[in-house]
Amino acid sequence: MPEPFLLRYIHEPDQGELEAYLARGGYEGLRRALAMPPEQVVEEVDRSGLRGRGGAGFSTGRKWKFLPRDPAVTKYLVVNADEGEPGTFKDRALMEGDPHRLIEGIIIASYAIDAHQAFIYLRREFEHARRKLEQALAQAYAAGYLGRSIRGSGFALDVVIATGAGAYIAGEETGLLESLEGRRAMPRLKPPFYPAVKGLYMQPTALNNVETLCHVAWILARGETWYRQQGSPILFSVSGHVQRPGVYELPLGTTIRAVIDAAGGLRPGRSFKACFPGGTSSAILPAAYLDTPMDYDLTKLDVYGSMLGSAALIVMDDTTCMVEVVARAVEFYRDESCGKCTPCREGTVWISQVFDRILHGAGRPEDLDLLTGIARGMTGTCLCPLGESVPPAIYSTLRFFRQEYDHHIRTGACDVRAVIPA
Amino acid sequence: MTTRLSAEAQSEIRRLAAQFPKPQSALLGALFVAQGEAGLLDPEIVAEVAGLLQLPANEVASVASFYHLYRFRPEGRHLIQVCTNVSCLLNGCQTALQHLERRLGIKAGETTPDGRFTLKTAECLAACEIAPMMMVGPDRHGPLQVERIDEILEAYA
Repeated sequence: MPEPFLLRYIHEPDQGELEAYLARGGYEGLRRALAMPPEQVVEEVDRSGLRGRGGAGFSTGRKWKFLPRDPAVTKYLVVNADEGEPGTFKDRALMEGDPHRLIEGIIIASYAIDAHQAFIYLRREFEHARRKLEQALAQAYAAGYLGRSIRGSGFALDVVIATGAGAYIAGEETGLLESLEGRRAMPRLKPPFYPAVKGLYMQPTALNNVETLCHVAWILARGETWYRQQGSPILFSVSGHVQRPGVYELPLGTTIRAVIDAAGGLRPGRSFKACFPGGTSSAILPAAYLDTPMDYDLTKLDVYGSMLGSAALIVMDDTTCMVEVVARAVEFYRDESCGKCTPCREGTVWISQVFDRILHGAGRPEDLDLLTGIARGMTGTCLCPLGESVPPAIYSTLRFFRQEYDHHIRTGACDVRAVIPA
Repeated sequence: MTTRLSAEAQSEIRRLAAQFPKPQSALLGALFVAQGEAGLLDPEIVAEVAGLLQLPANEVASVASFYHLYRFRPEGRHLIQVCTNVSCLLNGCQTALQHLERRLGIKAGETTPDGRFTLKTAECLAACEIAPMMMVGPDRHGPLQVERIDEILEAYA
């Protein structure tokens, strides 16, 4: 198996220092990029096969190609550092452990798309990451990696850290842009507001995830041929009932079982029950899917709308009440719904009410059809992916764990808790 | 006009505004500067921030009310945020939360009478590798063990 590189240095205590970063080959990718025409940088990233690591998995090179090349048009790069999908924590680890890598990726991406201003929209709770990034930015400016003419190339770039203020919806790209413009983070309608066409301040904008830009720095440093030989690594955030929760760098297409094994497997004496493969927005999968490869390829993970998403694998063992887990996930989307579109604003509240009564012993047999009906009403009808994130876990648990819902409704108690005390 | 925000806070807000092509982009950061100094965002403070960024005060109030991390009532010196999302739920966050409620003598959402702590539940704080976890101010703590929680709190005067 190829050696990890994204995580290679994140535990080195001095990795946030420019000198140490340079000594370990840092800013080599930038040097190579600045020696090429910008179009060639875009081509190289496109040929690398890199797909966005924020959750949607869209080709990074193609995304950049959507931006106009006209130098008279102001373009922006915006970094989505508002990591908030439940179970996801890899971007935070990268920013805290290897901040110059992100900055290098930002400079390369800005050069590729001809942007002279870049903004890092950073989640407010990431205080430690903010301090690391601020320090790294100051060092990069002082050494001429940012500012007027980067390393004598004539290319100019300023990078500013902007802050979130506690809103999951600000991680949605158009919601993020609204928030970055100082408004409520309510998503914009697409079309016409595709960021590559009408993004920040209505100018063409490339929005990239933190991990994606770290990949870009490595691709330019070592070349796309080397990168492809590494088997398209991706960072998995593994949490829940595993022995060693954490961030793991493994090739795309690693099976769910192998990712769990990398995280130390299940706790002693427990057996696997189910997992969210890609954060709480993905459908919950039972043990029958343990050998499914974790890949963007929809023919593999797409079971009841499941997906790789942000590659946040949340593992649940046999002590887990599935009804309780789905209820908690729904509650999250209910509280984080921005209220702009009706299916999400109303649907999340209604579904949450039904779960509440099921969990409190007041469920009715017809509630399961009601849940399906409301979920169906939200599928394909919401303005943005937030509302669309609710139905998959409901559909899949109603299919694979229906007996747990039935037991709650019939007896008013949890069959999991009855067998295994909390 | 007398202002409640200090000259330093005002110049910090102006500095933030100058970083962006449009000053309104600095609004979220400016509100944190104001909140940090005034302790909360009351209508007077909101109006001052609005004045500094040349925005209508009702627009600023509307934006502030959208986000979880602004406060409009007095809160304790240290904010405790206990994550209750799925990964922490699976690892027993309710036990930690119940202990904190008992220990502090308040419910989630409330502030201790001495004004030392405000206790809140939080959505995923992107630190599931240390679930169940909480943040006290800017610091992450976890995996939380009930017997260690009191010790953690002692560091916050």
